[in-house]
Amino acid sequence: MDFLRPASWGEALAAKAEHPTAVPIAGGTDVMVEINFDHRRPEYLLDLNRIGDLEEWEVGADSVRLGASVPYTRIMENLRGELPGLALASHTVASPQIRNRGGVGGNLGTASPAGDAHPALLAAGAEVEVESARRGTRLIPIDAFFTGVKRNALAADELIRAVHIKKADGPQQFSKVGTRNAMVIAVCAFGLALHPETRTVRTGIGSAAPTPVRAKAAEEFLNAALEEGGFWDNGKIITPSVAQRFADLCSAACNPIDDVRGTASYRRHAVGIMARRTLTWTWESYRGTAAHVEGVA
Amino acid sequence: MRVNFTVNGRPQEADDVWEGESLLYVLRERMGLPGSKNACEQGECGSCTVRLDGVPVCSCLVAAGQVEGREVVTVEGLADYAKQRAEGGCATGACGTSLQDAQPGVPSGEAWGRAAKGQDSQTGEGTELSAIQQAFIDAGAVQCGFCTPGLLVAADEMLERNPSPSDADIREALSGNLCRCTGYEKIMDAVRLAAARQGEAV
Repeated sequence: MDFLRPASWGEALAAKAEHPTAVPIAGGTDVMVEINFDHRRPEYLLDLNRIGDLEEWEVGADSVRLGASVPYTRIMENLRGELPGLALASHTVASPQIRNRGGVGGNLGTASPAGDAHPALLAAGAEVEVESARRGTRLIPIDAFFTGVKRNALAADELIRAVHIKKADGPQQFSKVGTRNAMVIAVCAFGLALHPETRTVRTGIGSAAPTPVRAKAAEEFLNAALEEGGFWDNGKIITPSVAQRFADLCSAACNPIDDVRGTASYRRHAVGIMARRTLTWTWESYRGTAAHVEGVA
Repeated sequence: MRVNFTVNGRPQEADDVWEGESLLYVLRERMGLPGSKNACEQGECGSCTVRLDGVPVCSCLVAAGQVEGREVVTVEGLADYAKQRAEGGCATGACGTSLQDAQPGVPSGEAWGRAAKGQDSQTGEGTELSAIQQAFIDAGAVQCGFCTPGLLVAADEMLERNPSPSDADIREALSGNLCRCTGYEKIMDAVRLAAARQGEAV
């Protein structure tokens, strides 16, 4: 094994181009587990800790450019307003020690169906900024990023530099099922974001399919139902039958397996419950805000 | 490979380090600092918790090569670290670096070297215990003791950030540290006690 220590992003890309089998390591919270347990013996470890840029973020007009190595702790502390769904999801990651090291870049690199950030990214809308020395930068839409169990759209010579996440234009929620509040790999998870500007709702499902997925049929149903009933304008309570149908369609979007953490049928059931709850929470919050705005006007 | 870093205020050099080795292994097997415990090796239990540039991390998940040029504090150095902090450390601005600027109250290696003279911050012997260590003893928070070093490092860091924590704050700060003996109640007592004593002292 060789330990590569690039001092800059350019050096890191050059090293990855020269050694495509090199495994990038940032927080180490996934990679080191595999090495400690002898599950993986990479030829090269590519340490990204010395590249300070990766731990920075920029808040733009429409989106946040989040450096790949920004620790979850920083996201919770600093980006709760811009990225509420991701901040909530970050808070459910493992423990303080892990949140101090791990970040979204690593979560995307590992691309586990259970990665906590993924449902929030899918719901908010995001693009992954990846780069290679030879072909430069490209932005991969989050919907096209996950290609299989622990597989993603990265080429062998590419590294994840940042994630561009749409700033929240409405309430967002994240919900996760596990045996306790800390140190839990999701049995299943659900993210939901209301986008009042485009009058759309987006979802993200974790740990209930080979990859993190959106419940697109459920989104389309809900978008149409909200439009038809004038809900975005009148701010009425969402009809229970609409919420139930949305929940059922979210369950139907799952393609789960039975494993030690839970059965497939439990996962389907739980995703439906989380879908209904997060819809209620976000919609109540939206109605509250809308009422407030009307009151002021 | 060779790794140079600062441990408990002293510059250290580790040779013939395997590239896939963890910081925990280097501390325990190469530096003779067995205070940080090796249990789960997957970040689940917190018994290997150390401060890396002031931040609590699981040392089993830090690759040795990643600590090059950085500062590590283990439970062996905790008492000196807490003492240094109480005396003002680098918060005085006498030795400000970007790290110190970002983390007020975190003593630098330089200040440590002076403070640690005549004591042994490598083994933790011959030093007065830190408030959190004394509180663990007084509250009976130690049973088998295996989780204790990690809990001490994590609890001390929380009290540094948050001198009067609520029970919920304590539970969250210690949520990454597993104890299989005590049921956590005595540990909660100990942290509350340390916080109260810290409050009295001010």
